[in-house]
Amino acid sequence: MISMTPRKDISMQRTVLTPVFSVLLTLCVGAGIFAVLGYDPSAALYQFFVAPLSRPDQVADLFVKACPLIIIATGLAFCYRANVWNIGAEGQIVMGAVCAGGVALFFPAIPDLLMMPAMIIAAMAGGMALAFIPGILKTRFNTNEILVSLMLTYVAALFIDWLVRGPWRDPESFGFPLTKSYGDAALIQRVELPGIGTIGQLHWGVVAALLLAVAAYFVMSKTVFGFQVKVMGDAPRAGRFSGFNPARTTLGVLCLSGACAGVAGMVEVSANMGQLQPEVSFGYGFTAIIVAFLARLNPLGVIMAGLVVALAELGGDRAQMALGMPKVVTGLFTGILLFLLLAGETFNRYHVQINWPRFDQLKSGQLKSDEEG
Amino acid sequence: MMDALILTVILTSIPLILAATGELIAERSGVLNLGVEGMMLMGAVAAFAITSLSGNPYLGVMAAAAAGAMTAAIFAVFTLGLATNQVATGLALTIFGTGLSGLVGAPFVGGTVDGLQAVSIPVLSDLPVLGGLLFQLDLLAYGAFVMLALVAWFLNKSRAGLILRAVGNNHDSAHALGYSVLRVRCAAVIFGGLMAGLAGAYLPLVLTPHWSEGMTAGRGWIALALVVFASWMPSRILIGALLFGGITIIQLVGQARGWEMPSQFLSMLPYLATIAVLVLISRDRNFALMRAPAHLGRIFIGTR
Amino acid sequence: MTHAHSAISAETAPVLEAVGITKSFGDFRANDAVSFAIKPGEIHALLGENGAGKSTFVKLVYGLLQPDAGQFFWHGKPLTISGPQQARHLGIGMVFQHFSLFESLSVAENIQLALPAGEVLTSLSARIRDMSDAYGLAVDPDAYVYDLSVGQQQRVEVMRCLLQNPSLLIMDEPTSVLTPQETNQLFAVLRRFADKGMAVLFISHKLDEIRALTSRATVLRRGRNVGTMDTKGKSNRQLAELMVGSEVADINRHKEPGKLADTPPVCRITKLQRPKSTAFAVALDDISFSANAGEILAIAGISGNGQDELMAALSGEWQPPTGDVIVLEGKDISHFDPAARRRAGVGVVPEERNGHAAVPSMRLSDNALLTHHSLGQTVRHGVIDHAATKAIAAQIIQAFDVRVPNDDPMAAALSGGNLQKFVVGREILKSPRLLVVAQPTWGVDVGAAVSIRTAMLDLAANGSAVIMISQDLEEVFAIADKIAVLHDGRLSDVMPADQVTAEQIGLLMGGDDARRGASR
Repeated sequence: MISMTPRKDISMQRTVLTPVFSVLLTLCVGAGIFAVLGYDPSAALYQFFVAPLSRPDQVADLFVKACPLIIIATGLAFCYRANVWNIGAEGQIVMGAVCAGGVALFFPAIPDLLMMPAMIIAAMAGGMALAFIPGILKTRFNTNEILVSLMLTYVAALFIDWLVRGPWRDPESFGFPLTKSYGDAALIQRVELPGIGTIGQLHWGVVAALLLAVAAYFVMSKTVFGFQVKVMGDAPRAGRFSGFNPARTTLGVLCLSGACAGVAGMVEVSANMGQLQPEVSFGYGFTAIIVAFLARLNPLGVIMAGLVVALAELGGDRAQMALGMPKVVTGLFTGILLFLLLAGETFNRYHVQINWPRFDQLKSGQLKSDEEG
Repeated sequence: MMDALILTVILTSIPLILAATGELIAERSGVLNLGVEGMMLMGAVAAFAITSLSGNPYLGVMAAAAAGAMTAAIFAVFTLGLATNQVATGLALTIFGTGLSGLVGAPFVGGTVDGLQAVSIPVLSDLPVLGGLLFQLDLLAYGAFVMLALVAWFLNKSRAGLILRAVGNNHDSAHALGYSVLRVRCAAVIFGGLMAGLAGAYLPLVLTPHWSEGMTAGRGWIALALVVFASWMPSRILIGALLFGGITIIQLVGQARGWEMPSQFLSMLPYLATIAVLVLISRDRNFALMRAPAHLGRIFIGTR
Repeated sequence: MTHAHSAISAETAPVLEAVGITKSFGDFRANDAVSFAIKPGEIHALLGENGAGKSTFVKLVYGLLQPDAGQFFWHGKPLTISGPQQARHLGIGMVFQHFSLFESLSVAENIQLALPAGEVLTSLSARIRDMSDAYGLAVDPDAYVYDLSVGQQQRVEVMRCLLQNPSLLIMDEPTSVLTPQETNQLFAVLRRFADKGMAVLFISHKLDEIRALTSRATVLRRGRNVGTMDTKGKSNRQLAELMVGSEVADINRHKEPGKLADTPPVCRITKLQRPKSTAFAVALDDISFSANAGEILAIAGISGNGQDELMAALSGEWQPPTGDVIVLEGKDISHFDPAARRRAGVGVVPEERNGHAAVPSMRLSDNALLTHHSLGQTVRHGVIDHAATKAIAAQIIQAFDVRVPNDDPMAAALSGGNLQKFVVGREILKSPRLLVVAQPTWGVDVGAAVSIRTAMLDLAANGSAVIMISQDLEEVFAIADKIAVLHDGRLSDVMPADQVTAEQIGLLMGGDDARRGASR
């Protein structure tokens, strides 16, 4: 039997070392699995983690890959910190892309300078609207937000599929499910530095993502709203005592994370695709959940965590090309890393003891428990 | 023509029935395991690999069950042993299972196997209409129906099932009476994994006899929705599985007959219906108590 | 309502005997060498305030916890009770205060879970009906528990125990959720049970019931057994003395009586009504009083008589539907939420420091922010001034001698007493016009308790009003100017502290109130 007693204080040491240790252990376990299955572990690790970073433009592409993850995970960090489980980011991405696309495609007359802001607002509104649904159902009817938000991802995916194959399909696309291309004002341009030109695929959305994460960190740690989120997540009764409203907190964080996911959808389309297609998110909504946890729900940590996961994704591409591994192998690393990080959280917060039960105790069904009387 | 369609609907629903039945047991005990997709893929790859290597699809089925159970055991170690967050751990399990299965299955891509053969049940298979549809299926399909019935009996008529339901309804009361909440949940979770593994096996062994990464294509998530749609009652899983599984078929029929409604909206219906069911369940506190395992997803720490 | 005690010879071994039972949780000693015996055929009361150790003791008897020291004797033989299943097997039945039923299951299924495996449901239903008739416990085996009233649910709990043919039945505060009629029915069942030679351990603080039902009582205070005696033939007054403790007679009043003329009310509560929010809640009935400047008004009473509900109404976590119920210096604050009340000058210290008054996982500076963020000092345009919060926390730590391991530790790292000093100091340093505090020194070491009480006295001396909800009579008499007693959601008259005795208070706490007209 494992017994856990809460620790009195969480040392800074442990907080920093646990993720580092988890990463190292993940590499070991991953390498071990590769070896067992007949792949060369060091070649695999090289392809995964070193090769994608060998050139500056590759590093830039790493940031491009991490961009949507960072934006979404920043919003999710607030949600999860408040103990609200938004699993529907995948759908909120889609709705954001759709609403922004609607602005780009049907209001081309908007002055160029205002187009981006208009699309951003539309994207936020779209994501927020979808996230609002599990929120209102939870606050009014006490419905489980995990399942509702999950179901809505399907609805959103089907919705965009219908739009792009139906009413929004470009008549000149030769039957392919694509909308018309966005005008230039609706596209996110590559970053061009004087004298250097573009760096890989680096676009301004990346800059926005980084700024967003920093701003979010500020909000989380220095504003009353951030404080509210943390208190309501850790001790809702103390939150009410403090004067915070549970329903408003729930709706607030859901709308915030929905808005972030929506913007991420818009950015991905405007930076990389230039038009709407049936699939605008490639599991980012779910991967971002992992990123949020890897970041231990800290917006600054989201940057680092986003880069790590993006690295694993890019690494998966390389491993596929160089070693014939299937693309999904990335999941091996991110999955193990998350397991170990979650376990690390437990070790951080509790003093864990494993008591090997004596055989006779097992027989009489003994239970040991230590509760306050 | 109609026969073939109905048969397809039935076959498509089998993996959903298997996976949902397993997840139902886990959830009735109070554990939300979002890793169904990952467990199914582990089952699928194990089934394909072992069948490919041994030539015996039944060995493949057993390997799939074992793979699913072992994958679920990982989940149990973290969520029950170390009290980690069930949502995060479940997602990690899905991503991990998808990745590991892809890796294990890589050498097998492009191959085919001789899967499970249909087994006719004597006498019954000669019935008009029903005979061809229901009684000429493979053994795993029969197994799915049998398991569903067994689980229904187990939950409602057996003492062990009663204990499971009690644990899911109120783990504190169960503990106060002296039952080991963790042991019950562990068994439920592993059973869920075993069933998910079998569900995964059905894909390469019956539906599409090859292996490709991620071949479950979201069926695990559908199974999760199915459990809620069925209000955690085994009897409704059958209907729901036929509904969810058959929705694509219905779309084809609809298109052939020139129905007005775009197919995507038809496809949305099961998910919207699930949300409606969820709201109805949670609105009425008494109804909720009757249906949803009240302690679903809550971590049990009080006693160790 | 006297009970004919069945004649049991003195030589009969007690059903259960506890000798030197000790149990600690970390530093906190919940049970300290508790020893007493329960004889067959006896209904034995277990009395004591919240935190005195009653719940811990019965959990030890039921096998949910293991004692650190001491020994149980079952029918004369020494025994270790390893778990609830073994306890039931031995013949110990337990009905928890908040029940341990499964609402989505039927009555028969609930009962089946408490019985050992092997019984078929149909024969069980038959047995339930038989037992139902034998004891007059109307229980329908096929009903679902969520459909039953609280009284009916309790009958299911009792039935569940009886079907195991126990020799000891433990009931934890069973009548707090029953109507008078249901209470009488329960007592009839328990008497029939005792008449058959079985024993009952009855936890309660209601003096009338203890006199009516039980033959002996054991009183626990701070984990120790302070006395075991017969209850038959005792008056309520004598029992109150027993419960409150003869030490009370020695309490020194720390205040000069009568030094205050009628001072203006800082806060007036008028006809505060609050219906029950859940089956286990207590309705507040027509509560009216005023808290005057410079005075400490103590509201005494045993936990579970409406204190939580009253606190929530005063702090703003619950607001009355109509106005003019809570008026602070002329301003109607009935509809103010907690933040607005703070701005109006109310300081609140809830009973539970972990998770309510403070967030254990947060630093003290953040915990200071918890009740300061609406006041303007620490927050500007929504942005927190961390230097200011740290300064406030440091001020509190300094002024109230809070022992801390470093400059700004997590609340969980502090001992109970130090965290309590912080939480009380946090409010007092704001010089609130009204301070509302519940159980200010519960679970707190002597030194910290003295600091806290002194701080409250000083605050009152400076002209604020203090409302102190406390079940500790020593504390009440030590610092209160006026005393009222809360019982079953109703408040007694407010009496000057120097004109009332501990026994009178004890009687009121036990529900004996000659001034109360019709029964509830």
